[in-house]
Amino acid sequence: MLRRLTLILIPYLWLLALFLVPFLIVVKISLSDVALARPPYMPQLDLAAGLSGLKDFFSQLDLENFWFLTSDDLYWKAYLSSLKIAAFSTLITLLVGFPISYAMASARSEWRPTLMMLVILPFWTSFLIRVYSWMGILSQNGLLNSFLLWTGLIHEPLTILNTPTAVYIGIVYTYLPFMILPIYATLEKLDISLLEAAEDLGCSRLTAFWLVTVPLSKPGIIAGCFLVFIPALGEFVIPSLLGGSRTLMIGKVLWEEFFNNRDWPVASAVAVVLLLILIIPIILFQRNEQKNREAGQ
Amino acid sequence: MPQTVFAPWENPDEKPLIQFRNVTKRFGDFTAIDNLDLDIYTREFFALLGPSGCGKTTLMRMLAGFETPSSGSILIGGQDMAEIPPNRRPVNMMFQSYALFPHLSVWDNIAFGLKREGKDRGTIETRVADMMRLTRLEKFARRKPHQLSGGQRQRVALARSLAKAPKLLLLDEPLGALDKKLREETQFELMDIQEKTGTTFVIVTHDQEEAMTVASRVAVMDEGKLVQVATPDRIYETPNSVYVADFIGDVNIIEGRASQSGDRVLVSWAEGTTPLVAATEKHLSKDQACYLAIRPEKITISETEPDTANRLQGEILDIGYLGNISTYHVKLPTGHVIKAQSTNTRRIARRSFTWEDKVWLSWTDTAAILLER
Repeated sequence: MLRRLTLILIPYLWLLALFLVPFLIVVKISLSDVALARPPYMPQLDLAAGLSGLKDFFSQLDLENFWFLTSDDLYWKAYLSSLKIAAFSTLITLLVGFPISYAMASARSEWRPTLMMLVILPFWTSFLIRVYSWMGILSQNGLLNSFLLWTGLIHEPLTILNTPTAVYIGIVYTYLPFMILPIYATLEKLDISLLEAAEDLGCSRLTAFWLVTVPLSKPGIIAGCFLVFIPALGEFVIPSLLGGSRTLMIGKVLWEEFFNNRDWPVASAVAVVLLLILIIPIILFQRNEQKNREAGQ
Repeated sequence: MPQTVFAPWENPDEKPLIQFRNVTKRFGDFTAIDNLDLDIYTREFFALLGPSGCGKTTLMRMLAGFETPSSGSILIGGQDMAEIPPNRRPVNMMFQSYALFPHLSVWDNIAFGLKREGKDRGTIETRVADMMRLTRLEKFARRKPHQLSGGQRQRVALARSLAKAPKLLLLDEPLGALDKKLREETQFELMDIQEKTGTTFVIVTHDQEEAMTVASRVAVMDEGKLVQVATPDRIYETPNSVYVADFIGDVNIIEGRASQSGDRVLVSWAEGTTPLVAATEKHLSKDQACYLAIRPEKITISETEPDTANRLQGEILDIGYLGNISTYHVKLPTGHVIKAQSTNTRRIARRSFTWEDKVWLSWTDTAAILLER
């Protein structure tokens, strides 16, 4: 009994200490006012003043910062633009990732571990270095333009870096493994005789794919989409390194509020709203996982 | 009124539904099917029987269109199937794993093939309802495959493969996943359904009892070749080789040298023993190596020396008690161990023989089958 309790308690304590407490601090800051102080917000909780200090503390908290988010159209545009970029890049990642997963699953079994390794291999290099190297590839006189000029396909270098295209390339590149792996996992389990049965019952190869392979890989597709969409929504490094000033994403806005403007309360409010937006897909994702577990039993 | 026996293979005017002509199938260096000829007739329940790896599944998959012959041709209803993909053949298959679509309900599984044909909704509904009645699945229409028992899944697979009313139904080890009792029940159900629908069935199995029970003809296969194709009773009573005799049921094989006079052959099988007598239509040369195959149930076991053509004395080594019958393992002075079966008509307490008893084994001259290979 005690053993079970400790087993359950450890992850909950972990979540409490490393997620819930920091989150409550962020919520508290988002309700505070900016101040020229260190830390740069007030009020500070003064426990020495006793009950009246506590009362005073709470009376100074308000929703002003959240109202501020609605007053400037920068914020909702950034949220909307982030949602759009995240949704589109999820779709592109799916379109690129599904054929790769399919090819991996239909490869000879002795090849599969190698292919899997190749998918995971980029994780062995720092994420930042990989994004920086994309700058080298996509810039005006970068590798891609030099190559295209050399082949004669173009005569003027293309502007890719510092455009939304570069952000899409960066996100799709970075999150592709998160799409490939869950889809591969479902496709690999797919019983070949199901496809044969579909063909036997009158399907062409294509309809068999559409009526059997796609529905049966749906759990993997959904898992992959969430695993790409959720981090892409709050992505900060890729748009700031590859997207230039024209790409508006909420992660970047948050960074600027925090470090450039030193407006911690507004930055916290931005973070709280972002989390609320993310909670919806996360809940949907968990419900999907649960449904799969129940179906699997 | 004399009932006509169903035996289209004996009628030279009857056109076979399926024809294998010099079919060979190789996988790399491995020859799965070796220059095979076979005719299967309409309304037959044809069993392909053999150990795993003998090529029986390959033969069936070639009929379904999942494998193409390396050489030779396969004809169904007189039409060469070489260029015809699985989805255009008048053939449906029931898979060993059942291959039910896990994301579809029982109803949708059965309707799957009909929907692909583009039938209208009313026709599909009637047909699916008919199939569910035939396989007694009416109550389970809305269930998903994982909510069914093994026997129910087997029936869904059968209903699904029968729904399109194929000319030919292929069954790949259809009862392999069921327990013994359910398997025996289902065998009779299968025969019943085959008769009702008038479909030609080809069944692949490694279970000889199953093949004998359901089939109108059995083909015994070994290493990509057909060893014998005949009705179950002929396969059992007159096997054409030691391989078939040994594969089907229990048998005693005695090796010896022949000396023939007319339709009687004397087989000398061991030093200092009387030769054994067997009737045969074959012609064997003097001292030709041959085999006697004797079924255990054709051997009589007795205390006193009987007056039968073949008799041998031995000592009971072992008794296998199966309830209805007992199998006695009798050791001869020559070292041979002969199996003999007798029905337990009496209560076990009053059994006449027990271990280490000296007994006589005997069989008539027509009981043993003389085999050359």
